[in-house]
Parts: sequence; C-alpha cells; structure tokens
Amino acid sequence: MILKVGQTLASAIDTTAVIVVRAPKDEVVLTCGGVDMVAGKSGLGDGSGIEDAYRGGALLGKRYVDEDAALEVLCTKAGDGALALDGRVLEVKSAKPLPSSD
Amino acid sequence: MNLTMLLDMAVDGFGDRVVIGRRDGGITAAQLNDMSLAGAAAIRESGADAVVYLAVNGPAFPVAMFAAARAGVPLVPVNYRLGAEQLQSLLANHPRALGIAGEAQSAALAQAGLTVLSPEQWLDTARRPIETTADDPGLGDDGAPAVVIYTSGTTSAPKGVLLRHENLTSYVFGSVEFASAEPEDAALISVPPYHIAAVANAITSLYSGRRTMVLEQFTPAQWLQTARDERITNALVVPTMLSRIVEAEADKNVPTLRSLAYGGAPMPAAVIEKALQMWPEVGFVNAYGLTETSSTIAVLGPDDHRAALASDEPAVRARLGSVGQIVPGIELEIRDANDEVVGPGIAGSICVRGEQVSAEYAGIGRAVDERGFFNTRDKGYVDDGGYLYIGGRMDDTIIRGAENIAPAEIEEVLLRHPDVLDAAVVGVPDEEWGQRIEAAVVVRPGTAIDVDELRSYVRGALRGSKTPERIVYWDDLPRTETGKLVRRHVLERLVTQVEKV
Repeated sequence: MILKVGQTLASAIDTTAVIVVRAPKDEVVLTCGGVDMVAGKSGLGDGSGIEDAYRGGALLGKRYVDEDAALEVLCTKAGDGALALDGRVLEVKSAKPLPSSD
Repeated sequence: MNLTMLLDMAVDGFGDRVVIGRRDGGITAAQLNDMSLAGAAAIRESGADAVVYLAVNGPAFPVAMFAAARAGVPLVPVNYRLGAEQLQSLLANHPRALGIAGEAQSAALAQAGLTVLSPEQWLDTARRPIETTADDPGLGDDGAPAVVIYTSGTTSAPKGVLLRHENLTSYVFGSVEFASAEPEDAALISVPPYHIAAVANAITSLYSGRRTMVLEQFTPAQWLQTARDERITNALVVPTMLSRIVEAEADKNVPTLRSLAYGGAPMPAAVIEKALQMWPEVGFVNAYGLTETSSTIAVLGPDDHRAALASDEPAVRARLGSVGQIVPGIELEIRDANDEVVGPGIAGSICVRGEQVSAEYAGIGRAVDERGFFNTRDKGYVDDGGYLYIGGRMDDTIIRGAENIAPAEIEEVLLRHPDVLDAAVVGVPDEEWGQRIEAAVVVRPGTAIDVDELRSYVRGALRGSKTPERIVYWDDLPRTETGKLVRRHVLERLVTQVEKV
C-alpha cells in the first residue's frame, strides 16, 4: 500500500484503528496482529484470532513509528494486535509535546 | 477525516472528565459527544447547510462546532461587533444557515431569513435524548469545510477562510499529545469565538483532556479573580490583555497558573519582560499563526523565554522578541521581492507549506504557489538558530523617498520609552516624499512627555529618516477585539486631524 498522510487504517483482526501522520514514499505493508490493515476508521475484529507472536497492543492516542521508513501513525482506537511495517514492529514514540499554544 | 474523530478519541480516553465549563456541573467529554449527536440531528432536521455562530464565547460554541462536524456542515463564527452593513453582506453568503445568536444580534439573523436560536436554546436542543447510534453514516469525508472564519480585514475587506477537517486535525495531531493534560488542569480563554485561536483552542483542549472555561468580558481584575477562583493552570490571552493585567492595580497572585500562551498581535518587549518578572513560575508561550494556517505555525516556548531573559548574549536575548521556531509539519521559506528564497538574517516574505495550511478562500480557492507554499504577507527573517522574527505586514511598509521603512521598527523603539503605553506608526501621503512618517502614541496617564523629546528619543535609536515627522497623542489606538492594530483607521484619523493635542 502507498500510504497517505491523513489516511485512516483499520485492523482486520481486532479493534485497532490508526491515522497516518507521516507517510513513507514507497509502497509498504502495514499490519496489525499479523494481518494487513485496511482502509477504515474502526477495526473489524475482536482480537480473538491474533497469534501470540503478533500481540502487542496499540494504545489510544499514542504514536507509533518506524524511523527508518519515516512512518508515523497515531492510534485512534486501541486494540490488542501489534502494529508492524514490513514485518518490523513499530516503536512507541515518546514525543516531547509542544507547550500548549492556544 | 473529520473533527469528530478527536471527539470520539476523547470519549474513549476520558469520557467522564469535565471538559467544558466549571468543574462542578460542567460538560463531560461523553456528554459533549451526546450533545453533538442531538445537535447534528437538529441541524439536519432544519435543512441548514451551515451553522452561523453570532454570540459570545461559551459552552454553546464547542457544542455547535462538533454538532456541525457531525452534520457535515461548516461552523461559521462571526464577529458580533460587526456593523450592520458588513454583517448583512457576510450573512448573505449563508442564506440557509442555522443561526445561534445572542439577544442583541438575533434580529440581524432573522432579518437575513435564518432560523435563530439563543445559545441557551441551542444547548437545550443539544441536550435532547438521541435515538441515533454513535456511528453516523451521514458524515462526508469530502465537501464541506469544518469551519469558515472571515479574516479580520485590518488591511482589506474580509475574506472567508475555509478550514477543512484535514487542516484542523493535522494541526492537532502535529502539536498536541492526546490526553496530555492532568485531570486538575483548567484553561481560561478570553478570546472571541470568531478568532482562529478560539477555534483551535476548543479542539486542542479537548484532545489534550483539558477543561476550558471562558471569560466573556475581559477586565484585568475579573481575569485575575476568575483565574484564582477556578484554579486555572493554563491561560490564553492576546498581548493587549497581558499588558492591561501587568499594569493593573490588583492582586496579581495566581498560584495555580503554570502556562500562559499569547499571540494574535505583536507583544511589546517591555510587557513580556515585566510579566516574566512578575510571574517567574509561569511558562510563557508565544504562538504565531494565521487563520489561513489553522493557527500556530511557530512557537516560542517557556524555556526559550527564560533563556532569553537570562542571557547576556544579545543574539539570545533578542529571541524574546521572536515568535520562536516553526512547528513540526511546517516548512518555512523567507522569500525576497523576486520570490527567491533567502537565508538566515535576511528579511523577506514569510511563506509556509504544510497539511495544516489551508490558505483557501471562499469563492477564490487556495492561495498557494505551484509548490504548495502560502505567502503570509508577513515580513520576517530567521536567525542562525532558526528563530523567526516578524517585522510587520508587507503592506504596512512605508516608502519614503527611495527608502522602505517598516513601521514595526519605529514602534518598537517608541514602546521602549517608559512613558509610552502604545504606539502606531504609519505612512501619510506626502507630495515631496511620497509618504512621510507619522506616529500616534498613547502615553501613560499622569506623564507629560514633550513630543520633540520623544522624537529625539527615536532619532537617538534610529536614523533621522526613520524619525516620525509628527507625533500625536491619543487616548487609545484603533485595535480589534483581539488587539490587532487597524492601521488604515490610524491613517484616516491622522490625515483628518490637523493639530497636535
């Protein structure tokens, strides 16, 4: 999939949903719980089918990155499956927030 | 992509937290969500294609914003102090809107043929029980903008800026961390709802989980009292408000205040220095942005303020007068008159690109070049450390003989004088020079500085050619409600006023 900033993606296997904040230029495979994510705002499953190796869980509001690929997604709905890009599990970004400006 | 995604996240993350109004009896995130659903149903029932908000800021405002978002129609907050003619012509753009208006303005809306509700009636409508499910199929990802704000028109006739859902959400995701506020945090807002800062604040506060309270009528004493009573931790003001607070004869203790953000107009150095010394525990934040950029594109944070205040190095000290560094997601270029990009230290037009940049005007389209850059028409430069300095609007430049002069430079000098509270410098038509420099100054009550003394003071800091030929004393300067100087009114008054006071 070629990802686009602002695109919303949903898990096919649990409740996870994310929005793309930074998109790699090339085609990539974004998975949740080991299964390709699809376009959508809400996850399509209940997480019961996730194999142990692919559990990890995305937390609501947290950012997940793959710095090498320049990918950043933000979790809009939490779930049990681990987020991965081309098989590499995404890291939680411990962002230093900007001071609130408005 | 829709603003309501932020509200959905807020419900999931902290649904029972009060996010609007007083801690006791305020509206929780879950309640705001319910109200957005009922409000959206009411909007659809009425067949409205927009929601015009012509009232003071208050709980009805964010409810209207999210209800409009759920209904897929734009929210159009309008300045309730506009003259009848201007208001009429603006309302003519939204003949099928649902209106929410205070008593004094509802007649104007009814006259324009709109259905009008008072803010209280609107809130009652939104509190009706809902029958629809949370997942509303009626949302369009395409089409209607989330918010339409008419620019303040300080230099020309107001234009409607179309802020799309993608612009606003991209701004929020780029600069705010979800649920980052503590449950005890509370923000005090004193900017009017038709200002981009109020729109942005409603969204960023909700997303960060911070309760917001509105102070409708600003007086320094009321602001200070409210901040204490409500145990306010964050505040948003415009520079003229901070100036008045700093000058006020009142108890200025606000023990709970941790962060104060300001913007909307230039901040005089003397005012921010006094504020920093008055409240050393408070983190000050200068935010620079435009309606067209969904508010903040550059931030001077608390550490920047303190480092500048404490520094002996002129280059660092000067940063107190900057608007800080650009935010993630924004690309910045300073361009000269030939549209060529210039490097640090050289002034030119501030141009920006990014997902949060709308730059889209109703009936006109996006004002961006082929690379997607928007020219803000603000003049500025970047220092070696990436700190952005604003030098005023391109259109304000005075051309005297062959020289281009920025009023901001002269105003800054005037404002450094201890007896000067406010100053405006404009170019007045002159047969010999094209334009000559004149200034309108507000002096501190009780002082009586001689005009020639003041001119000498300016000449001592700048060249003779940058000294105002005439300085007049006024009781106040024509500024908008958010403190922006209306230069063309200064010019009009100066041209018709022949003698010095």
